[in-house]
Amino acid sequence: MMNQKDPIPAVAVNEFLVFTLGSEEYGIDILKVQEIRSYETVTRIANTPDFIKGVINLRGEIVPIIDLRVRFHLGEIRYDEFTVVIVLRLVERLVGMVVDGVSDVLSLTPGQIRPAPDFTATLDTHYLMGLGTVDQRMLILVDIERLVKSEDMALTEKTVAE
Amino acid sequence: MSIDLSQFFQVFFDETEEHLLALETLLLGVDRMAPLGEDLNAIFRAVHSIKGGSATFGFNDMTEVTHVLENLLDRVRKREIVLTEEMINAFLEAGDVLRMQLAFHRGQGSVDPDVVQGVQAKLTVLASTMGSYSKDTFPVENALVPVFSGEETKQKVPESVAQHDPGYGFFDEGHDFFESIRETKPEPDPDPDPGYGFFADPVFPVADSSVPPSRTGKAEQAQAVSGARVEFVPERVSRGRRATDQVGTDSSIRVNVEKVDQLINLVGELVITQAMLMQAGGSLEGVRYEPLKRALGQLERNSRDLQEAILSVRMLPISVVFNRFPRLVRDLAGKLGKQVALKILGEGTELDKGLIEKISDPLTHLIRNSMDHGIEMPEQRHERHKPSFGTVTLNACHQGGAVVIEVSDDGGGLSRDKILAKAREQGLPCHDAMTDAEVWNLIFEPGFSTADRITEISGRGVGMDVVKRNIHQMGGRIEIDSTVGLGTRTIIRLPLTLAILDGLLVAVGEQVYVLPLISILESVPLTSENLRTISGDGRLLQVRGEYVPLVVLSEKFPVSGDRSLFPETPPIAVIVEAEGRKVALCVDALLGQQQVVVKSLEANFRKLAGISGATILGDGRVALIVDPAPLVQESQFPRTGMV
Repeated sequence: MMNQKDPIPAVAVNEFLVFTLGSEEYGIDILKVQEIRSYETVTRIANTPDFIKGVINLRGEIVPIIDLRVRFHLGEIRYDEFTVVIVLRLVERLVGMVVDGVSDVLSLTPGQIRPAPDFTATLDTHYLMGLGTVDQRMLILVDIERLVKSEDMALTEKTVAE
Repeated sequence: MSIDLSQFFQVFFDETEEHLLALETLLLGVDRMAPLGEDLNAIFRAVHSIKGGSATFGFNDMTEVTHVLENLLDRVRKREIVLTEEMINAFLEAGDVLRMQLAFHRGQGSVDPDVVQGVQAKLTVLASTMGSYSKDTFPVENALVPVFSGEETKQKVPESVAQHDPGYGFFDEGHDFFESIRETKPEPDPDPDPGYGFFADPVFPVADSSVPPSRTGKAEQAQAVSGARVEFVPERVSRGRRATDQVGTDSSIRVNVEKVDQLINLVGELVITQAMLMQAGGSLEGVRYEPLKRALGQLERNSRDLQEAILSVRMLPISVVFNRFPRLVRDLAGKLGKQVALKILGEGTELDKGLIEKISDPLTHLIRNSMDHGIEMPEQRHERHKPSFGTVTLNACHQGGAVVIEVSDDGGGLSRDKILAKAREQGLPCHDAMTDAEVWNLIFEPGFSTADRITEISGRGVGMDVVKRNIHQMGGRIEIDSTVGLGTRTIIRLPLTLAILDGLLVAVGEQVYVLPLISILESVPLTSENLRTISGDGRLLQVRGEYVPLVVLSEKFPVSGDRSLFPETPPIAVIVEAEGRKVALCVDALLGQQQVVVKSLEANFRKLAGISGATILGDGRVALIVDPAPLVQESQFPRTGMV
């Protein structure tokens, strides 16, 4: 199902990793994903926002872990055997992202992607690539690079002079 | 320009830099009256290599300079002309020009054509005037020529000359030489000014005779009034020579530092994996697991050895930095009109490459300070019954897990009254009852300078605080010790490497933190007896009559729902020192001492307040490394605010 060999070579076909947060389905560009791991105990870091769970040792690299469920205020947050961490390889850095589960890898043609309507939500529409439709499912396509790098994620150095 | 070509450029740049450094070291170390053929050959080879390289890569400007230089050196090497102070100065200038051109080709800085022209002209003039000397005036030098061509006997001959006539014999040869060239040469006074009695040993006549012929008649006056020159103590010369002996024989390869760092990381991982295996295997009982346990033990030893070996790759002898200073001292002594000898000890001490690069600036600053403010003018030294040559000593050694670098001088020492007066003027907190150590620490305050006048050499009081900050950034400490009239000693303590840290593992709630061992003074159990409070919330720890501000780490680094894993035992106060001040850190328990591999938090995350980095513990978990400096600063801050 990963490779449906659609005969539309002229149009860029984007593959998305689909994961769930609560009852919602999200999609991110699969090329940004390095690996998927199970959730393990993190070393917590004081004086950081609560959606930064802490840091883990990923084969010798210290990688921060964020919990999108906390960030998006998605009801109950459980850490169980289905909780997974998607490790993203962004331009300069690795970031781990806690989600409720990974469900699919889907190919979407540009025709299946609708622009996101302007509305107010915790997730600024600025970070949305659009809404994808597959059968009856709605995928919230997130520009993960932009989201993680945004200032309110507090993952990058603030521009405050030291 | 293709990538391949620029890679070769890089090799040329690196090598040329090394050759230039070797050239400078050799020139400064060479004995002008009896230069070793070996040294002259090495100087020639360095220049020749630069010439060859620059010609290959089409850096014609460098080729031109080296060509003139090489011609002159070749004749010196063949003993056709005699090495003079003037020539050494010209060679050093030529080296500077080459360095400037090299920087230009690297895309840094620009070349001043006038300077290049000037040096080239100087070299040409030297080559033409010196060439007229008749060989007959150097019977001794000529006699040496055939001997110098043999590799094995090089070193012996000049030594034997020096032994047979301790200082004065070859000096007499000098008379012949000067007399035959300039008939006006007066008889040198065999008994110099009694004030120079300190130099009644062979050093003095050697220095005297080194003055270029035109000035020989006024040699003594020149020495007393403006004689600014550097004399190297014998140890320095002999060591320098040994170092250059190795140049030709060392076989080495050039490896990118990134590759080495990658290896260090991988080995660090291996050691952690090995620790995990040990933990898993340690719980196995029974005879049938014995072979496994033995193998695990062996794995542990092997991986430790491997780690040590790989870390040593990054280590460089500190001579890489020290070698720059003879030139600095020589030039500065000239500018200041002082007589200064530089003594270098322990230049074989090894230090991490990253630290080597960073230690250069602070050391330069300390040496400049010593020479500008420490060492007195020759007349003043004379009045104080000191040798007219001031001595600046650079000493490096290993002490425990740290490298200790000392910069000391036998100058005037720090003046307590002057520093206190200056501190008051600047509005710094001080009082007359301060201990000497506290007073010396004042000079590390920003904006502090005791110099009577501002000179181009030691800046405008933006010095010592920057030095101190740099040393702290390297995870080191700096102390000053001084006695009026006898001199000043600055001691820098640095960790061996930035990649590994000796740490104390402490438990705070469920978290494990690492405290750098270098900043820990002691640890005491916290009881109701030694805990004192000020106005309810300011907490102090009383240790042997001293009050130290207390910082509770679990409050400083709050993590929700965290509780101590050690509820039965009393908390422990670890007293750390940073920036000359102390603070007690309250932790739940001490878990042990361990060498940890320092990992960057910034690589994937960002800098955190009060945390200098992270490490991976034996069980694969991450532990944060506490940086004591900001904790000390914060704990001190309210005090000045309330007063």
